[in-house]
Amino acid sequence: MATERTFRVWRGDDDGELAEYRVEVNEGEVVLDVLHRLQATQVPDLAVRWNCKAGKCGSCSVEINGRPRLSCMARMSTFDPDETIIVTPMRTFPVIRDLVCDVSYNYQKAREIPSFTPDPKTEPGDFRMYQADVGRPQEFRKCIECFLCQNVCHVIRDHEENKENFSGPRFLMRVAELEMHPEDTADRRNIAQEDFGLGYCNITKCCTEVCPENIRITDNSLIPLKERVADRRYDPVVWLGSKIGLRKGADTPMVPNTRPGREAEE
Amino acid sequence: MEVGPTCHYVMGGVEVDADTGAAVVPGLFAAGEVAGGMHGSNRLGGNSLSDLLVFGRRSGLGAAAYVDELGTDHPAVAEEDLADTTAAARAPLEREAGENPYTVHHELQDTMNDLVGIIRRGSEIEEALEILDKLRDRVANVRSEGGTIYNPGWHLALDLRNMLLVSESIARAALEREESRGGHTRDDFPDMSPEWRKVNLVVSLRDGRVRLRQRAVDPLRPDLLELFEHEELTKYLTKDELAADATAKEEL
Repeated sequence: MATERTFRVWRGDDDGELAEYRVEVNEGEVVLDVLHRLQATQVPDLAVRWNCKAGKCGSCSVEINGRPRLSCMARMSTFDPDETIIVTPMRTFPVIRDLVCDVSYNYQKAREIPSFTPDPKTEPGDFRMYQADVGRPQEFRKCIECFLCQNVCHVIRDHEENKENFSGPRFLMRVAELEMHPEDTADRRNIAQEDFGLGYCNITKCCTEVCPENIRITDNSLIPLKERVADRRYDPVVWLGSKIGLRKGADTPMVPNTRPGREAEE
Repeated sequence: MEVGPTCHYVMGGVEVDADTGAAVVPGLFAAGEVAGGMHGSNRLGGNSLSDLLVFGRRSGLGAAAYVDELGTDHPAVAEEDLADTTAAARAPLEREAGENPYTVHHELQDTMNDLVGIIRRGSEIEEALEILDKLRDRVANVRSEGGTIYNPGWHLALDLRNMLLVSESIARAALEREESRGGHTRDDFPDMSPEWRKVNLVVSLRDGRVRLRQRAVDPLRPDLLELFEHEELTKYLTKDELAADATAKEEL
């Protein structure tokens, strides 16, 4: 059954404003369907990024009534029949136009992480891993990179100045995943703290709350990573090892030449 | 939730040389779903990945060899062509009046879905071609609002021209091929024809119109033919080809 609903949608760039529309809504539809109808019937130039319409590509992240969500998974039936629906772009990233953000910040942070580093002596087929070690990172691999966790994180949400030194939950989770791999030989614990800003995270669990894949980001990746970092930095034996030069080169550095301006400092 | 059949892969594509990925347009190389000929009339699950690996490499090598061969003699884009393309791209934005591209898009989708869909019929395809012919002028005159930054309505206006061309190509080829094979099912010609197996349909753009021609498929190499059971081949080959195969197998 078709009804007419009120939508308030962000138009323009960072200095844009909300525009109000009355638009038809049918049974079974999600917010993205309604945005598409709006595009087809009233505002053909409404910029919306989307792809799979099945919650698996991570393209259609927006804020609906202030809550970071995938618009393709936000069912219209979950709103009150006379509720006005406000759709705005993700606040943490610069707006290109309307509901579309420039999420390059995330790609920058991804490049800085040293990738999986197995022992060069291992040949294909050499790995012998326990199922538990295989299973643990599998949860993090469910990530669809919708960047809703990055968007909601208060460390960067209203603090542009923290962006350079904080990689956000998605990429700290990636560091944790690599650190938990039993066949990985790199040690990213120091850069997790020094370069990727793990210490900024004060485990408010907002990232876990908004994750459309229900990954327990805080409990299963960020807190275990914090524990590993504490071992690296405050264990007296590790400290002694560093003092007498036994740990030389043990800390893997951030991938070189990935952070603009960093070369000049060094 | 609404469930319905939809198009998820295109078996046809740009006509390329199998060894280098080179298309007939000099300097254009294609690999993957956009290239044609790899999967015959139906793609089996997983084959697209091997297609990418093998033909991606070949096309990359082919393109590199092409550039090496050019040396310093790189072809330049003519200023005139650039200006024409820019003007054509901007045209929908500059029109004072014109149809909403979404409306035309919707009609194109409905036409292709209803008349050139999963089960095809000659009379329906002819009807579709008539409708597509009428859509041509409307596509040429759509109007887009707004500017050039992330403007989906404008992108659709640009895409529509290609959508129309591809739709016409599909419809013309589907009408021509009077048999059912793989992903192509003709209600009025329900059987697979060994004669049609020997034919590829090639479409090209000539003076703004779609041109369709038949091209003979390269015959299967005898050493490959040997790998099949004679009985299996009876489903696919013509009588003449089968006789040749039987003689060849006897000689072994």
